[in-house]
Amino acid sequence: MLENAFIIPLIPAISFVVILFFGKRFIGAGRVHVVGITALGLVWVLSAVAAFQWTQRVEDPPPGAIVQLEAHVDEHGDQRADEHGDDHANDHAALSQDHSKDGHGGGHSSPLIRPVISTFSQWWSNGGVEFAVGTLVDGQTVLLLIVVASISLLVHIYSSEYVKGDRRYVHYYAFLSLFTAAMLFFVMAQNIIQLIVGWELVGVCSFVLIGHWWEEKPNTDAALKAFLTNRVGDIGLIVGMIVLWGTFRTFDIDAINTLISADPAAHHFALLVAACCLMAAVASKSGQFPLHTWLPDAMAGPTPVSALIHAATMVVAGVYMIARLYPVFYEGFSIGSSSINLMAFIGGFTALIGAALAFAQWDIKKVLAYSTVSQLGYMVMALGVGAWTAAIFHLFTHAFFKACLFLGAGSVSHAAHHTFDMRKMGGLKKDMPHTYRTFVISALALAGIFPFAGFWSKDEILLGSLVGQENSYPLMLIFGCAVALMTAAYMTRVIWYTFHGEFRGEGHPHESPKVMTVPLWILAGMAVVAGAFNLPSPVLEPFGLEGLAHRIQTYAEPSVYLSGLGLSHPDPSLAMALVGSALAISGILVTYLYYWRGMGPHGMTQRNRYAKNGYTFLENKYYLDHLYNDVVVETVKRPIANWANRFNQNVLDGAVNAAGETARDTGRWIYKWIDQGAIDGSVHAAARGADSSGEGLRAIQSGKVQNYGQLLFGSAAVLAIVFVIVV
Amino acid sequence: MLLNQFLILGAFLFAVGVYGVLARRNGVMVLMSIELMLNAVNINLVVFGVQHGVVSGQVFALFVIAVAAAEVGVGLAIVLLLYRNRTSIDVEDFDLMRG
Amino acid sequence: MVAQNIFFGIIAAVVVVSALRMVTTRNIVHAALYLVAVLAGLGALYILLTAEFIATTQVLVYIGAVMVLFLFGIMLTKAPLGNVMKMTGPQWPIAAAVSVLLAGVTVYSLIDHFGSDRLANDGPVFRTAHVSDEVFSTYIVPFEAVSVLLLAALIGAIVLARKD
Repeated sequence: MLENAFIIPLIPAISFVVILFFGKRFIGAGRVHVVGITALGLVWVLSAVAAFQWTQRVEDPPPGAIVQLEAHVDEHGDQRADEHGDDHANDHAALSQDHSKDGHGGGHSSPLIRPVISTFSQWWSNGGVEFAVGTLVDGQTVLLLIVVASISLLVHIYSSEYVKGDRRYVHYYAFLSLFTAAMLFFVMAQNIIQLIVGWELVGVCSFVLIGHWWEEKPNTDAALKAFLTNRVGDIGLIVGMIVLWGTFRTFDIDAINTLISADPAAHHFALLVAACCLMAAVASKSGQFPLHTWLPDAMAGPTPVSALIHAATMVVAGVYMIARLYPVFYEGFSIGSSSINLMAFIGGFTALIGAALAFAQWDIKKVLAYSTVSQLGYMVMALGVGAWTAAIFHLFTHAFFKACLFLGAGSVSHAAHHTFDMRKMGGLKKDMPHTYRTFVISALALAGIFPFAGFWSKDEILLGSLVGQENSYPLMLIFGCAVALMTAAYMTRVIWYTFHGEFRGEGHPHESPKVMTVPLWILAGMAVVAGAFNLPSPVLEPFGLEGLAHRIQTYAEPSVYLSGLGLSHPDPSLAMALVGSALAISGILVTYLYYWRGMGPHGMTQRNRYAKNGYTFLENKYYLDHLYNDVVVETVKRPIANWANRFNQNVLDGAVNAAGETARDTGRWIYKWIDQGAIDGSVHAAARGADSSGEGLRAIQSGKVQNYGQLLFGSAAVLAIVFVIVV
Repeated sequence: MLLNQFLILGAFLFAVGVYGVLARRNGVMVLMSIELMLNAVNINLVVFGVQHGVVSGQVFALFVIAVAAAEVGVGLAIVLLLYRNRTSIDVEDFDLMRG
Repeated sequence: MVAQNIFFGIIAAVVVVSALRMVTTRNIVHAALYLVAVLAGLGALYILLTAEFIATTQVLVYIGAVMVLFLFGIMLTKAPLGNVMKMTGPQWPIAAAVSVLLAGVTVYSLIDHFGSDRLANDGPVFRTAHVSDEVFSTYIVPFEAVSVLLLAALIGAIVLARKD
């Protein structure tokens, strides 16, 4: 199965074709889910087989699977020259096994197992560059295979009830299958070209599914926003990949990783550039600040799709890409030797702002969406502090409980007249016992309460930032702890508004049918036990089960690439676990007292100006959407056109006006800052700045294509002149 | 023959094409001027192919011709559609994007 | 050598004059005919450069097909055939300035860089067979891509232009 892994994405791809072309006519529009579920069932079985075979390979490596360690470090140069060949079977990497870097604990006790690489043929070649196609399967891949297959299968089953009778039922299932196929293809990409292809396929499928109900304008807008925001990051992806190719002259992921880990310091600057570019791609795909704004809007799609996007497919693609090309990021951002870096900061910051935004939302799905943003930030932060295993472990556990939460939210709305507004819910606890219980279990897992899955993975991340690599990451630890507290609090708020108190909606809510609750229970079960896959050894020692500790670290970590970097694993720490738990529990406790017992400053946002301003700021999502729409987009959409005959009136006037406006705004800003506090003032200044810059640039736009053409060619000529003079 | 004879002719044709695109009001004329620009590029391709003794220049000129044919087809279809909807192909009339 | 230069001079003069007339004439059908002259002149230049296949294609595709398309376009849009419509917009001085600027910088840098480089005279002469060999081996993928592009353009043009 490991050699023929290409079958796994092929099955849902075939299912896509079958459903799309034969669904309506030969199978019957109402029965297409049978095809999708059958295909996904097959995929799940095959993924399980692949996972089993991979564990066998690690436990009992066949000859040739173990990396031969070269004793002569100084021969690396000669070794590497031969490694560009296509024959991976003989491509034994020359890895320096530098154990001196493995300072604190951990180290690699298990042998370094090579991934299974199958290159089928040259895909095509052009201008002397050859593009191969193949699969790369290792522990990381099979872990994602299991996650994607499980979530997707359950989503397929759940959807057969949730979107029943939809007018585009056939399309829905077809693209659900294609989505799964794209993600499976992505995770087993053998070279970076395939990564890009899978990445774009995932993007376009999410576009189709988010805009599934395109008759309503907000849905199309959301789909477009998701697609276009991702395009921004895709530039980074392509540039980053080009830099990688230019540095290593190969597209092969295995070769790139091996080359870096064999000689980490060789191409530091190129790797820094590549890592920064790829980080932009990750920011757009995995919803990191500042490109996370599409993710909450993507809630316009059907809820099962949201579950699929947020748990298993779309958004984890970015995290997976970092993990897949981890040597690039590790070296590029100097994760091993720094105590703060771009990736860790973006991740931590995203986690924080996502969690803060989750408090100000009334739409249950948007709360969950911001929670996803926050948790993805957690994963990226974990990767940024060098805690590879913790990040992937968190990806694994998060997939289950987040899918459960989304499907639970879908179940609630299915019962409560298709609303997602928490103000129209409440008291659903007694009407929907199954949904309630699974939702609470998953929420506890998300909050990181012992012994649910989230506890173990969150703890590892916090530990990873506490210990770090050579230095600890104190800022990331603070971010992580704050987010742990906030996560517990906002999830408690959701549960209060949705399930407790009085029912505020209309009609009679009812429990969803079994087709929907059974997947919920399966996911809730996983949310309980998924943490068991990477238990730290001290927990298992009393039971004599040390052999089962750190299973994900043992099986999934591509130590063949990471060992050369000197990545270390922190020792488990009881104190950290206690601190993390205490934060989560206090988060729940405070919220519990606030809502259930009515304690604390209620109505503060109405009474207190500071609190109100802060709340408005959050409600408007930090005004990022305004920044993007009103300033960035408008500026691009309204370039300085027609300036030849309007320069005098408009530009000068506009500049004077804008300057005047800005000055006035500044004055006002200072006034308000003194008078009313920083938040209010800055918010108003930002809004007015956006307004005045839009107005100032507005007048310069004629809408005539030839004026734009004149500007285009004129500026091209001017640039050419500059170029001629300078060069 | 000098290399520059051909290159300067190409540059001149390109500039003339640019003028046509920017100044002409008729949509069909704009398309024709674009053809002029594409042909200017083709001269460069063929001349450099000869200069370096490679056949790639001619091959790329062929591709440009093919792409230009596609461009004319779609471009004229768009002009036709504009004419049908607005009963005018004067590019001055189309300023829906005015801010 | 001299004969080639003489021919180049004649062809270049025709091309330059026709191109200028094309963008300045007030009659759109005349403009189309001037474009024919430009294209034919370029075809002759390709012969001069021993690119026979390109020259043939130039005549077949441009003068044969594209020009007919243009004439159909002129006809179907009922563009004023006489001097009725003002053919040049009010912004023509800016357009002229831009293109002069563009031509100036290009010509300057061409002269600066290539100076009096002579065109290689003893290089290989590529017949149609060589071109086809290259197209169907090294450039087979772009060739297929172009065929798909043409198909897409065909469908796109039909979708855009049909009446419904």
